[in-house]
Amino acid sequence: MANQNNSTGTPRVKQGMAEMLKGGVIMDVIDADQARIAEDAGAVAVMALERVPADIRKDGGVARMSDPDMIDEIIAAVSIPVMAKARIGHITEAQVLQSIGVDYIDESEVLTPADESHHIDKWQFTVPFVCGATNLGEALRRINEGAAMIRSKGEAGTGNVVEAVRHMRTIRGDIARLKGMDKEELFTAAKELQAPYDLVAQVAQLGKLPVVLFTAGGIATPADAALMMQLGADGVFVGSGIFKSGDPAQRAKAIVDATTNFDDPAVIARVSRGLGEAMVGINIDTLPASERFAGRGW
Amino acid sequence: MLRVGVLAVQGDVREHINSLTSLNVAVQKVRNPEELKTINALVIPGGESTTISMLTKRVGLMDPLRKFVKDGFAVYGSCAGMIMLADEILDGRNDQETIGGLEITVRRNAFGRQVDSFETDLAVKDFDKSFRAIFIRAPWVERVGESVEVLAAVTTENGSQHPVMVRQGSVLATAFHPELTNDNRVHEYFVQMAKSVSAAN
Repeated sequence: MANQNNSTGTPRVKQGMAEMLKGGVIMDVIDADQARIAEDAGAVAVMALERVPADIRKDGGVARMSDPDMIDEIIAAVSIPVMAKARIGHITEAQVLQSIGVDYIDESEVLTPADESHHIDKWQFTVPFVCGATNLGEALRRINEGAAMIRSKGEAGTGNVVEAVRHMRTIRGDIARLKGMDKEELFTAAKELQAPYDLVAQVAQLGKLPVVLFTAGGIATPADAALMMQLGADGVFVGSGIFKSGDPAQRAKAIVDATTNFDDPAVIARVSRGLGEAMVGINIDTLPASERFAGRGW
Repeated sequence: MLRVGVLAVQGDVREHINSLTSLNVAVQKVRNPEELKTINALVIPGGESTTISMLTKRVGLMDPLRKFVKDGFAVYGSCAGMIMLADEILDGRNDQETIGGLEITVRRNAFGRQVDSFETDLAVKDFDKSFRAIFIRAPWVERVGESVEVLAAVTTENGSQHPVMVRQGSVLATAFHPELTNDNRVHEYFVQMAKSVSAAN
């Protein structure tokens, strides 16, 4: 653009992109065919990754950023935004993803962390970032590092919504508690949340996060997606739940419809019929601590 | 009395509702044909245009909205909303349907991918000061029909000019997102437009 007044990568441009995804479903895909199925179903964006979380769990080993060729193929296959995951703290993976032209980077606990004490300084990037959080303090630390969108972590790859519910309720509960606090109390709240005072005060005033809040981790059915919307999510990430099920195209469409009509049980009942097998879930209690993704990130 | 609906199948519905509410007009969401009957002006928000198009069809609003536009009610679309109002789309999905009614051809994601998204000071016809316009994976207008008035345009690096705010009768569209700013002048313009249209009806 010739105009010197133009600025790219501003907070409004980054956070605004997430506003455009609200009320929508973002689907994990591993190739161009899956990306097309997601777009046909009405996904607002796709997340390009090499293995869905359920397979990362099964296969073990180190999970990394996807092959740039594979991301390119997905970008070429669809017209909706394409996101991709970088490992927590892996600055270079993020730089690579930005140079390929992905529309959003997920600094994700689903991949094996590259740094056990630092997250990426996301202010240094033009491309916006989404990060996971299990509570308000974690969400605000990510926002302070430059995240333009937050998703509750849940427990990815389990098909079990219980952790997503826990994290969404925790974040919303933490926000509710800030409302009505006076300044002295907010200083103490900031200390307890281990988050910057200015962000804590802003959340208290807004009654919500200053960025869009999606949900993720364990959503496997249309009813799961609608539940998370009723609990206050602005939109839904679905990982293994779609392409690990019996009829991905139909399930993808059903989850989109349930997200749009989350407060209409008749629609959710209709789209829940005849979907075939859902992914087989995992009970979180049987997962050893070392296999839980949600604890990654600091 | 003016009652503005915001199409609420996907996108930044809340931001448009906030902008309109601060102008003291009655606002409501429109999610089905029933809710369309109670309003006399409509805003189509920003969002993902392919998704909004599919969902508009699935909730049974595509044809009622075409009639709404044809009947001459005031309608405003931002970004994806502009695409939904365009008669023709370039770089869309082959099966992407629009409401239409605005005699323009828009190119989707014309400025590039998200890393190319930007904000800029935009000169808008009849606005005394420039408007800080936010473009997010935005479309631009490639062709306008004879009765379409261009209210703002951007110049690209190679010197070509592309309209980003247009009006044709009771239909207004912007490629940018005034609802993401505290500057209410575009919404004000639309509300004035809607009031004069509903007076004429």
